[in-house]
Amino acid sequence: MRLDLVPRTRRSPVLDILSPALAFVAAVLIGGLAVAGLGVSPGEAFVTYFVTPLSEIWSLQEIALKAAPLALIATGLAFCYRANLWNIGAEGQFVVGGLAGGWVGVATHGTGGFTLWILPAMLFAGTLAGAAYAMIPAVLKVRLGVSEILTSLMLVYVAQLLLDYMVRGPLRDPAGYNFPQSVGFDGAARLPYLMEGETLHAGVVIAFLAVVLATVVLARTLFGFEVRVVGASPRAARFAGFSDARLTLAVFAISGGAAGLAGIVEVAGKIGQLQPEISPGYGFTAIIVAFLGRLSPPGILIAALVIALTTIGGEGAQIDLKLPLDLTRAFQGLLLGLVLGADVFAGYHVRLVPGGPSGRAIS
Amino acid sequence: MRGRSIMRGRSMRLGGAVLCAMLAAGPALAADKLKVGFVYVGPVADFGYSYQHDLSRKALAEALPDKVETTFLENVPEADSERSIEKLARSGAGLIFTTSFGFMEPTLKVARKFPKVKFEHATGYKRSDNVSTYSARFYEGRYVCGKIAGTLSKSGTLGYIASFPIPEVVSGINAFMLGAQAVNPNIKIKVVWVNTWFDPGKEAEAAKALLAQGADILTQHTDSAAPLQEAEKQGKLAFGQSSDQYRFAPKAQLTSITDDWNGYVIAEAKAVLDGTWKSHDTWGGIKDGMVVLAPFTNMPDDVKAMAEATKQGIADGRIHPFAGPVLKQDGSVAVKAGETAPDPMILGMNWYVKGIDDKLTQ
Repeated sequence: MRLDLVPRTRRSPVLDILSPALAFVAAVLIGGLAVAGLGVSPGEAFVTYFVTPLSEIWSLQEIALKAAPLALIATGLAFCYRANLWNIGAEGQFVVGGLAGGWVGVATHGTGGFTLWILPAMLFAGTLAGAAYAMIPAVLKVRLGVSEILTSLMLVYVAQLLLDYMVRGPLRDPAGYNFPQSVGFDGAARLPYLMEGETLHAGVVIAFLAVVLATVVLARTLFGFEVRVVGASPRAARFAGFSDARLTLAVFAISGGAAGLAGIVEVAGKIGQLQPEISPGYGFTAIIVAFLGRLSPPGILIAALVIALTTIGGEGAQIDLKLPLDLTRAFQGLLLGLVLGADVFAGYHVRLVPGGPSGRAIS
Repeated sequence: MRGRSIMRGRSMRLGGAVLCAMLAAGPALAADKLKVGFVYVGPVADFGYSYQHDLSRKALAEALPDKVETTFLENVPEADSERSIEKLARSGAGLIFTTSFGFMEPTLKVARKFPKVKFEHATGYKRSDNVSTYSARFYEGRYVCGKIAGTLSKSGTLGYIASFPIPEVVSGINAFMLGAQAVNPNIKIKVVWVNTWFDPGKEAEAAKALLAQGADILTQHTDSAAPLQEAEKQGKLAFGQSSDQYRFAPKAQLTSITDDWNGYVIAEAKAVLDGTWKSHDTWGGIKDGMVVLAPFTNMPDDVKAMAEATKQGIADGRIHPFAGPVLKQDGSVAVKAGETAPDPMILGMNWYVKGIDDKLTQ
C-alpha cells in the first residue's frame, strides 16, 4: 500500500482562494491551544495578536514599515522561484545594497548646495549593487553549473562580514569613539516621512509600486510568460527558443536588485546610518513570505502584511500577556507549513494505491 | 566618570520643551504603578548578559512589588529595535532599560518622541534629558582573571573568545593581558573573533580551535556557557562570563565576571518613583558592586588568596589595571609610568597592549 498524490485535472478557483484562508484559521486554532496550554486566555491572545495592532494608527504604520522590505524582496524572489531557480541569498544582496547606497550617503555627508540628487543616487547604487552581487551565483551557475543554492547562501556571510569590516574601518564615523558605525546621514540622504510621528517613510510607496510593476510584468509581458514557461516546463521553453542562461541572469538581477533596493530603503529610511547589522533577517523571512504568497506579487503583499502583523502582535503579547517570543516564531512556522500543506490538497487528490512504493506520481 | 556628552548642544536646545512636558505630566504617573520595561538583545535564557539583566528585573519586581510592574522584550535585533522600544513606551512604561550598545540611536529617537518616559541605555555614550547611560567596569574583573590565568597556565598560552572589537571588548582583552603579564611576562594570548554576542555553536568552535592551538585556559567576551563546557570536556580551565556559570562546568570554571545590575536598576526605579530621576552617566566597578566575581574555584589556595588580594586592591583603588607604564603593540607608550589611564582612554580603546598576538582592524 502507498499514498499517491494525483494532480487534479481542474483546479477549483474557489479552493485556491479558500486554502490559505483555511490554513490561517487552522493555524490560529492550533496557536490558541498552545496559548491555553501556557495559561493565557486564547481570546485575549487573539485580540492582542491580530486586533490591537490593527486598531492603532501607529501600529498600522509599523506593520506597513515591517512589511515593505519583506514584500519588496519576496516579489523579486518570486521571479527566481517561478523559473525554478533558487536564490537563497537575498539577505546578502540586501546587505550589499544597503552598504553601497549607504556609502553614497556617507560620502556626500556635509555636501552643501544642490542635494536633491543624493537620495536617488543612493537608491540607484543600492539596487545596482544588489543586482551585481546576485550575478555571482547566476554566472557561476550558467558558466560552471555550480549550484546557485549554495553559492547564493554562502555569499550572505561574505556580505555581512564586508559590511562589518566597512563600518569598523573605512566608513567608521571619525567622531564616534571607535564604535562601529558610520556618521548619521544628512536630511537629503534620508527617505522622507509620509506622516507625522517620524514613523512611516516613503519606502512603503516604493515597495507598493514594485509589487504593482511585478504583477504587470509577470502577467502581461513576454518576459513574464518566459519566466512562467521555463518554470513550468523547461523542455517546452527550450523548444520555444527561450534561453536558459539569459533568463537565469535576468531573474537573478531582478531578485538581487529588489533585495538591494530594500536594503538601501531600510538604511536610508529607518536606520539613518550604516552599522554592523542592518537587517533582522529580512532576506530569509522573505523566502517564507514568497511561498506564503504563492509566488504571486499580490499574494506576497498580503503575506508580508500577515507576517508583519504577527511580529508586531507578538511583541504586544510579550509585553501585555507575557507570552514568549518563541510562540510567535512557532506560529509563523506553523502558518507556512499549513499554507503549503493546504496547497497540496488544493492541487492534488490523495489516493491509496495497493502495491509497493514506487511513486513517480508527482512529476 | 564618563564626561563625554557629545549630545550636549542638542540637549540644551531640547531642554526647555522637555522640562515643560515633564512638569505637566509628573503627578499623573504617581497614581499608578510604575511600569518598567526591559529590552534584551539576546534570549533571557542565555545564562549570560541578558539573563543577568533579567535577574535585575526580577529583583526589582521583588523589591518594590506594590510600586512597579515589570515587562520585557527578548531577542530584539539591533537593526529593528526602534519599534520594540516605542511599543514599550506606548504601552505605558515610565522607565525603560535598553540593554545593548546597538540600541543607542533608536533609544534616543524614541526618547525624543516620549519626553515623559525615562530611558536607561546600557554601554552607550549618548545621553539626553530623558536618556541616562550606565555600564560596568568589566575590565577590572578581567585584570583579576588575567592574574589567575597567568599564574595557572602551564602552556603559557591563553585563549580569548571575543565578540566585536568595540572599546569595551578591547579594553577587556588588554586588562586580561596586563594581569597575566604581571605574573608571567612571557605569557601569550590568542584571540578569536566570533562576531556575535551569543551563539553557542560558534563559541564552542572557537574554544576548540584555541585549545587545539595550545591554549590551556580560556576566557570569553560572549555570553553562552559553551566555551566553558568545551574546556570542561577537555580537562582545561576557563572563566565564566556575565553570570556565574559554575553549574555548567564545575571542574573548569575558575571564576566568572558577573554583572550585577540589581542595585542600579532598583535605585533608578526608586528615583523615578520619588521624582528625583535625572539624566546621568554611571560607570560602576568592583567597588560599587556592579562587577562581581563569582567564587574562586578549581585553583590552589595561594592563587585564590592572590586573586582575593587583587580584587580587594582594585576595590580600594590601590591597584589600577591600566597603571603605567602601559605599552602599545608597536612599543609606543600609552600610559606613562606613575600614571593611570584616564577613563576616556579606556572608553575609546582601539589598540592592543604589547604582547597580544592579534591585529585590530583600524
